[in-house]
Amino acid sequence: MSRPELQAPPEIYYGDSEAKKYTTSTRNQQIQADMTYRALELLNLPPGEPAFLLDIGCGSGLSGEILDEEGYVWAGVDIAPSMLEVALEREIEGDLFLQDIGQGFGFRPGSFDGAISISVLQWLLNAETSHPTSSPPHRLNRFFTTLHTALRNPSRAILQFYPTSDDQIQLLTSIAQKAGFGGGIVVDYPNSKKAKKVFLCLFVGGGGGGQQQQQLPEGLACEEDEHARFERRRETEKRRNRSGTRKALKDRDWILKKKELYRQRGKEGVPRDSKYTGRKRKAVF
Amino acid sequence: MVRLITHNLLACHVKGCTSNNFPLIFQDVQIELQEAEFNPDFVTHILPRLEWGALVDAAKQVGDTSLPPERPEMMDDDLLRQLHHVLMEIHVVEGAMICPNCKHSYPISNGIPNMLLAEHEIG
Repeated sequence: MSRPELQAPPEIYYGDSEAKKYTTSTRNQQIQADMTYRALELLNLPPGEPAFLLDIGCGSGLSGEILDEEGYVWAGVDIAPSMLEVALEREIEGDLFLQDIGQGFGFRPGSFDGAISISVLQWLLNAETSHPTSSPPHRLNRFFTTLHTALRNPSRAILQFYPTSDDQIQLLTSIAQKAGFGGGIVVDYPNSKKAKKVFLCLFVGGGGGGQQQQQLPEGLACEEDEHARFERRRETEKRRNRSGTRKALKDRDWILKKKELYRQRGKEGVPRDSKYTGRKRKAVF
Repeated sequence: MVRLITHNLLACHVKGCTSNNFPLIFQDVQIELQEAEFNPDFVTHILPRLEWGALVDAAKQVGDTSLPPERPEMMDDDLLRQLHHVLMEIHVVEGAMICPNCKHSYPISNGIPNMLLAEHEIG
């Protein structure tokens, strides 16, 4: 898996060309869309009610487009100007801000009904300068406390990210808890390398939606996704083999063909063909 | 695209600037009007979160004086429509937002406000 967050800071990594590539890749669009829908599901907003959402690290508006479709009003922040430019070209409805989330938000208390963030938090886990305000814990602390303030009580924030280690998850959850959030980690498809997705589900107050909603939602687990693709085909082939219906690869015809080939090439010592060719030997015992 | 709805939720986040840091004052603004779908439910839903005085002031700064200076007791359809226009359809495209307390200026260019802080301003 590539780790762009280890190569350069986001505002540099997502320059003009990378921003275009990121937005036009259909595979990426699909992944982002799936995760956005899943995040909205985890956000558990009351159906039919309007909501004002915050999209953290909105980028070129791939997730924002879905928020528009679903009828939510939203504001987005991102640190990469090139990404925001692409977002402007795509004419999405939300308000965009050029902002470093590690510096904290300036939103008034209780501004938003919820927040989503798709593939962003891992960018906060690397220090870029040795200044104390750019250490990851400091930035995360600033991010979570101001986010907690900006959200309504009760509400939720769903942050999807790609952790490299369990330590990172530990660090994130502990800082989020200190900032006053409840909740925890939801992992979708935990047994699949490719489809595994980690969501940090943070609750302000009860997290919205009544008493029973306080517990963490279940992660998705799907039988098919635990296996590699085509594994089922491999299995059926194996099964056929055992029951003997599948033809042996090196049968009599194959042997005869090979011998004929060797003779044509003038190889010496090719055995004669007989009725015993390609037969199994008797068991000795 | 700074709409007045987001402007009304935005305060200054410079280190130590915690009082009198709202609302940010518009300066040298250029606005653009873009029609948006009218959703009365959303407007009534967001209304309790808005600071009425700040909204009226901000609307005045961008040249819209249609709102009454006091928050009306009853909301009728006309007023909701008026509010919808002010909140959702006026987009500030160029200019700046100035914090009334620390005078930090957040420049807006091409519809995107630059909220980045310098090293010494980070809280």
